[in-house]
Amino acid sequence: MKHEDLEKNMGIMGVLIVLVISVAGLVEILPLFFQTQVIEPAPNVRPYTPLELVGRDVYVREGCYNCHSQMIRPFVSETARYGAYSTAGESVYDYPFQWGSKRTGPDLARIGGRYTDDWHYAHLMDPRSVVQESNMPGFPWLAENTVDTDLLKTKVEVMRKLGVPYEEGVEDDLSAVEGKTEMEALIAYLQMLGTNVKK
Amino acid sequence: MKPEWSNWIVIFTILNILGMYWLLKATSKQPKEELEKENTGHEWDGIVELNNPLPRWWLYLFYFTIFFALGYLFLYPGLGDNKGYLDWTQEGRYEENLEAYKAKADAYYAKYADMPHEELMQDAQAMKTGRSIFLNNCAACHGSDAGGAKGFPNLTDDDWLYGGEEENIVATLENGRQGMMPALGAGMTDEELESVVQFILSHTSRETASEDVVAAGKAKYDVMCVACHGADAKGSHFIGAPNLTDDIWLYGGEEADIRETLLNGRNGIMPAHKEILSPAQIHLMAAYVKSLGQQ
Repeated sequence: MKHEDLEKNMGIMGVLIVLVISVAGLVEILPLFFQTQVIEPAPNVRPYTPLELVGRDVYVREGCYNCHSQMIRPFVSETARYGAYSTAGESVYDYPFQWGSKRTGPDLARIGGRYTDDWHYAHLMDPRSVVQESNMPGFPWLAENTVDTDLLKTKVEVMRKLGVPYEEGVEDDLSAVEGKTEMEALIAYLQMLGTNVKK
Repeated sequence: MKPEWSNWIVIFTILNILGMYWLLKATSKQPKEELEKENTGHEWDGIVELNNPLPRWWLYLFYFTIFFALGYLFLYPGLGDNKGYLDWTQEGRYEENLEAYKAKADAYYAKYADMPHEELMQDAQAMKTGRSIFLNNCAACHGSDAGGAKGFPNLTDDDWLYGGEEENIVATLENGRQGMMPALGAGMTDEELESVVQFILSHTSRETASEDVVAAGKAKYDVMCVACHGADAKGSHFIGAPNLTDDIWLYGGEEADIRETLLNGRNGIMPAHKEILSPAQIHLMAAYVKSLGQQ
């Protein structure tokens, strides 16, 4: 077959292009959807509580992932600083996952419990009040916004649709969320990151 | 991985490599005599665009990538469930590197493990190591200059909430601390609250309200605060109750700050570090932190 025949026949060319492109996806992506390691939760990993779920959405909305990754690679230089390396099973309830590849700030996959709630509050209000060299922006408005409890029901429903095994009625119990600020929700989320994974 | 998915990957990968090989073969084959005639028909000012095959060396680079892929898939995991001839795994390599790192770190810290604090503080290399551990683990709260911030103790003033002896600092580092000031002011009247604030201020060189108010504050203090901060208001290292007479303020020493502390209480938590730092590192860090207050 001559190259010319291909180049001058758009139909065949199109079919072959699709074939070439799809090979990588069929081999590298498709099997992952059926691989236990990737779809089963790691030991102790649980769905986010409603307050943490709200905090996670604040995290996504404010674009924290632009500067903070949540994936510790299996290198000693990383685990010595942050803690145990991340595994796929930790992220099964994350929609979307927050692995990231950009670290203007430090990785947050194991941040839970490393600092106190008070520190997170001071740091999120004005990062330079505790870390003089920080170039992180402050997020003081989070302390003023109260959590939108009406949205929680939808959020839990969406998560359920995506396969997160929330128990019946989780979204109806608003006691943990009502009257809380977005700041408190975000801190609750940060404080649980990495805490359900063995050290 | 389920065997059917493993086979799926193996088949597609092999087919893909064979396809590449075929593509190279098919497109590089051109009889010599055809070469001269093979032009694309594109001509500009007498310059003709030919349709020559790739230069040999370039073509061989493509073949090389195919052999490389086969060699790689033979040696390393990649072909479905196949573990590869070298039995290499990411976890295995990590464990290897971790062993090497631990051996190196243990050897390094071993020489400091039994060194008394006084000697460590004189050892420039040890203090340099202490500084880098400090910056990685402590500076976020205590500041890179160890000067602290509101709610996060200053470590450079040699004033110690839980005691500045070696065993105190080691205990603080290992297990953390939980300081809790209850919101005792919340149950006081405005007048009582104000009098306690004035009594506390009377221990400093600052001006206070009339003696009567201070005396009323002392009466209230002797009921509400004395259990932790002591009759002389010098606090207690045992429970981490701050000394109120030294004009060192963890949450600010302005009247408004003191009022806020009384009204809302305070929670000062130092996280435990025994899971994060090794015993030898904690020994070294206790000396480093102590040295900060003595500079």
